[in-house]
Amino acid sequence: MRWAEAEYAGWGRAVRATGRLARPERASALAAIMADAPAPAIGANRSYGDAALNDGGRAVLTTRLDRICGFDRDAGVIEAEAGVRLGDLLDAVAPHGWLPPVLPGTGHATLGGAVAMDVHGKNHHRDGSFGQHLDGLTLIQPGGTAVEVRPDTPLFAATVGGLGQTGAIERVRLRLTRTKGEVMIVTERRVPDWDAHLAALDGAAAPYTVGWIDATATGAALGRGIVEEGATGAGLVPPPRPARRVPLDAPGFALAPPVVRAFNAAYWRRVPASGRTVVRPLADFFFPLDRIGDWNRLYGRRGFHQFQCVVPTDRAPALRAMLEEVARSGLASPLAVLKRLGPGRAGTMSFPMEGWTLAVDLRNTPEAVRLAERLEAAAATAGGRIYLAKDALASGATIRAMYPAHAEWAAAADAADPDRTLVTDMVRRLGLRP
Amino acid sequence: MSETWILLGASSAMARALARALARNGARLVLAGRDLDDLGRTAADAEMRGAARAVAVRFDARDPASFDAVLAAAGDGVVNAACFTGTMPPQDRIDADPALIDGTIADSLTGPARMLHLIAARIEAEGAGTIVGVGSVAGDRGRLGNYVYGAAKGGFAVYLSGLRNRLTRAGGHVVTVKPGFVDTAMTWGLPGMFLVAAPEAVARDILRAVARRRSVIYTPGFWRLIMLIIRAIPEPVFKKMKI
Repeated sequence: MRWAEAEYAGWGRAVRATGRLARPERASALAAIMADAPAPAIGANRSYGDAALNDGGRAVLTTRLDRICGFDRDAGVIEAEAGVRLGDLLDAVAPHGWLPPVLPGTGHATLGGAVAMDVHGKNHHRDGSFGQHLDGLTLIQPGGTAVEVRPDTPLFAATVGGLGQTGAIERVRLRLTRTKGEVMIVTERRVPDWDAHLAALDGAAAPYTVGWIDATATGAALGRGIVEEGATGAGLVPPPRPARRVPLDAPGFALAPPVVRAFNAAYWRRVPASGRTVVRPLADFFFPLDRIGDWNRLYGRRGFHQFQCVVPTDRAPALRAMLEEVARSGLASPLAVLKRLGPGRAGTMSFPMEGWTLAVDLRNTPEAVRLAERLEAAAATAGGRIYLAKDALASGATIRAMYPAHAEWAAAADAADPDRTLVTDMVRRLGLRP
Repeated sequence: MSETWILLGASSAMARALARALARNGARLVLAGRDLDDLGRTAADAEMRGAARAVAVRFDARDPASFDAVLAAAGDGVVNAACFTGTMPPQDRIDADPALIDGTIADSLTGPARMLHLIAARIEAEGAGTIVGVGSVAGDRGRLGNYVYGAAKGGFAVYLSGLRNRLTRAGGHVVTVKPGFVDTAMTWGLPGMFLVAAPEAVARDILRAVARRRSVIYTPGFWRLIMLIIRAIPEPVFKKMKI
């Protein structure tokens, strides 16, 4: 296997790494890497922070291991290679009446990445996390041995949400969910403030719900936004809206506070006061940001951070205070999301807990880094948790306290990878495998 | 009635992209190569994406005994084929061990030619069928960096030209495809790569060339111009160049 010298970055482009990357095209090549020179698998490198970076070391892109090698179209179970993109999987199974059971906000993430981060989607409050829908997976451990990992085993709990530290995920067996058709029927409602926003999300009966939040609104309008409720339906697929691409790094003023305030106000008013119901292609609903290629370049050369935390349901006031701090700072971008999470999680290091999750993009500036530090402390005080798929800034002590079972997980990771060949920049920074 | 396609060297990234494109058209696929586990995955993937049928079959360019079974797997009737087979050991390794020349020629020229001869007879018998032979811009002129691989691909291009001459009069057709740099395991991490094309773009170009019965295509198309210039350099100058 040839290794390519590369400088690469997390999706947020705020943290970078230099090292050697492999991109095997066959399972046998991946097994050979894990036998001869084990290195962390990084999927499509779509984590925002440093979870998929290994500065000064090696890492393995799995994007060419992208085949669906088994599909039971009656039972709705697929077996697929770990590098299959979730958006590709959606396109492949939807015409047969099935959907991936859990989809995060981007279709560019891989199946293996979805396992390693135990991702959640807009249906988490009902259907739980990605790992809860697995029938099993094939893991290639350092040394090159392929292991079949069944649910309800300790290795499974250490692998799902396990940041790639137990081996390279080679194949995944996933139970799909039925869809009524190839479109999403979406109801959008304006909500004027924080309390209305929570009430609307709580009262939503649809399988998929998410709140867009105007993180620049302050005072009485704090927490205003748009609540989207979606359910699959039958019907004609609307023609796809034209895909756009960000051609170059945007200048700093592109997301200056007055611009964002004006954009957000217009975006909020886009939905009529009385609400509306629209029909969208499935991918447009699940992956709204993928319609703009390379949108991370909007944040300019210095990149951005995404802060995402979850707090227990009864600590919603603490989350409100955090949003207030974001709004007051004027550092927010248009991308801010509020969601109800259920208790579903499949791994020792999984992010979800029953409660409310808030995600906010912040352009990478010294003020934003200080703001993220304050938000991190507030999340910790509220008994909450930071999402490792997004993080590049948190301190090790805080994260270890937020994930109380991390020592048990670290022991399982060390058993699977005794020579610590799979350690990434994130695992080092946070001291997750002490 | 869907088309039948034999893909030789079907584990290559370009062949996999072509298999997906053909699957979307409902084709029947014979995926031939050495790594049967890998080919089985591509076959399942192709059937899931619309292929009428996809089978994996062992094909080793250095083992002519494996050739008959490849054609047999295609069943009766009109057969089309695309040949991606080839190996490119680094020139410095060949210079250190000239015995590697035999394998390079067998993988990229003589093995494929013998296999395609079997398929050519079927095309003549049926009076229809297309062969796509994947050569390389490296075959257009011998260069310091990879002239043994270039010799094999250049020889393959001459073979394809003659085969086209033969099959055209029988109702068949041959397309010679000369890819430039394609983003595959063969080029991953190599220094000096530029304007690297996605395998999916190459597959698209191949299907368009088949539909239009083109004879020789470069993919991406701008390589035709680049190679025109490189071929036009007088030998006294070229021999001192390092490109």
